[in-house]
Amino acid sequence: MMQSGTAEEERRAAAPAPRLKARVEALSFFYGDFQALKNLNIEVRERHVTALIGPSGCGKSTFLRCFNRMHDLTAGTRYEGCIRLYPEDINLVAHDVDPIEVRMRIGMVFQKPNPFPKSIFENVAYGLRLRGVRSRVKLDEAVERALRGAALWDEVKDRLSHSGLSLSGGQQQRLCIARALATNPEILLFDEPTSALDPIATARIEELIAVLREQVTVVIVTHNMQQAARVSDFTAFMYLGELVEVGETSRIFTNPGKKATEDYITGRYG
Amino acid sequence: MTPDDLRPHVCREARIERAFRAATFSSALLVLILLAGVVATLIIGAWPALKTFGAGFVLREKWNPVTEVFGGLGPLYGTVVTSLIALLFAVPVSFGIAVFLTEVCPRWLRGPIATAIELLASIPSIVYGIWGLFVLAPILQRDVQPWLIDHWGALPGIGRWFQGPPYGIGLLTAGLVLAIMILPFISSVMREVFRMAPVSLKEAAYGIGATRWNVVWHVVVPWSRAGLVGGIMLGLGRALGETMAVTFVIGNAHRISASLLAPATTISSVIANEFSEAVGELYVSSLFYLGLLLFMLTFAVIAGARLLLRMSSGAGRGA
Repeated sequence: MMQSGTAEEERRAAAPAPRLKARVEALSFFYGDFQALKNLNIEVRERHVTALIGPSGCGKSTFLRCFNRMHDLTAGTRYEGCIRLYPEDINLVAHDVDPIEVRMRIGMVFQKPNPFPKSIFENVAYGLRLRGVRSRVKLDEAVERALRGAALWDEVKDRLSHSGLSLSGGQQQRLCIARALATNPEILLFDEPTSALDPIATARIEELIAVLREQVTVVIVTHNMQQAARVSDFTAFMYLGELVEVGETSRIFTNPGKKATEDYITGRYG
Repeated sequence: MTPDDLRPHVCREARIERAFRAATFSSALLVLILLAGVVATLIIGAWPALKTFGAGFVLREKWNPVTEVFGGLGPLYGTVVTSLIALLFAVPVSFGIAVFLTEVCPRWLRGPIATAIELLASIPSIVYGIWGLFVLAPILQRDVQPWLIDHWGALPGIGRWFQGPPYGIGLLTAGLVLAIMILPFISSVMREVFRMAPVSLKEAAYGIGATRWNVVWHVVVPWSRAGLVGGIMLGLGRALGETMAVTFVIGNAHRISASLLAPATTISSVIANEFSEAVGELYVSSLFYLGLLLFMLTFAVIAGARLLLRMSSGAGRGA
């Protein structure tokens, strides 16, 4: 792990600095009167994996759900500050930005696999149908591409008409990843995607994320620090609704700058 | 404690257990006995008419107490048509109410609307009858029915449903009153089943860019299909059997007209209206025959609903 970390750093030092995909500026979030997120600031780099870690209840999932405005579905929630999406520089949490448009551009994979009770094909095609794609040729092509992207094609290509629920848990989660990939999202959000999976299925999802970052910007919430260390380029440590520390994953895990971060990653609490 | 000490205690517990079982079993048995009793009474009461008219009773429109020739087609027709009109109006509105309350409504408005709908259900049916006769019927007679006759009466096909004089009372009026009466039942069942739709599936759809309408139509409705059918059938069952309100506004005429604006009658209205003045064995037993028909109709609706529920729950949920 350590060795590959240093090799990674060298590669990165030679490469040009990754482009900015999103910048969170002074983001606060409220459930009614309760302030769940306090003045967060972080940059999300294009085609890199940013991991959010921290103890239960620290607000990491709440933060992730700001990116695609999932909180808009709950009455009495409120955002302050900005999440700027580049290159257009629009504020994702602004009132005049339609949450539907945000969710059309930013995909999400949830904690528990949640395929629709429809066929495998229709699960993947759903997002495209929502976007008005009717052509069978285009749908076929996009479904295959998404299933290949999610490393599921070879396992399901002969039974695309079977129910998505007939798959195993790990396959269902990859189906959900394919569903999100089919619409070419600019950012893909993962909310503890492996917490309901066994170790083998978990390993496959982690491998997949490593491949996915070649084509899409990933933000992942995980309660598993080893997972963050394995899959991410940048790590942000959150505690009690605040961002304690953000940095390159290799540095956060080897040389944390804050005492709280060090305590957490060495397992002193969490 | 030794096993010998325990034995009396165990024996006593076993006796209580047996008594408990017998008590619950006899409660359940009572329902079956009552049901069998009702069926038997209906058949015995209807026996003279069954013997005289046979199955032809169902297809005969004539209802003549003087010559003692009775047929149930008129009331049967009125019962089915008023109930279908009621469903036609009540189902879409209930669907709208249920979707609004579960998916769209701001929290502060949810309580008042839900309470108002429950209050609709608490209005006694006789009050609906008075309201239908003295308020709704005149409005329909003055404003709605003339318009329907002028504009829709000449249409090919469906035009015949909207012809004749605007009486105010009749099939359409009864159907509308029934619609209002069954609306709270259908909408509250729909609301319950919509609320059960799993949040994870709704989030999956929202997360990929679905609108509220998309989520309702693609996720919530397919998921709750079984419950939706159940709610509609519950409403239908009530509409078929409703007596008092319908008797006020149906017009109580034993003939079958093509027009929905014409007076008609329903099974329960006939029974309620004519029982006290029915003289002669055949007259009374014909009313029993009608009661038996209504029972079978309602039973068929509920059995059909059960069947549909089983079919759709098997295919719809998958897991």
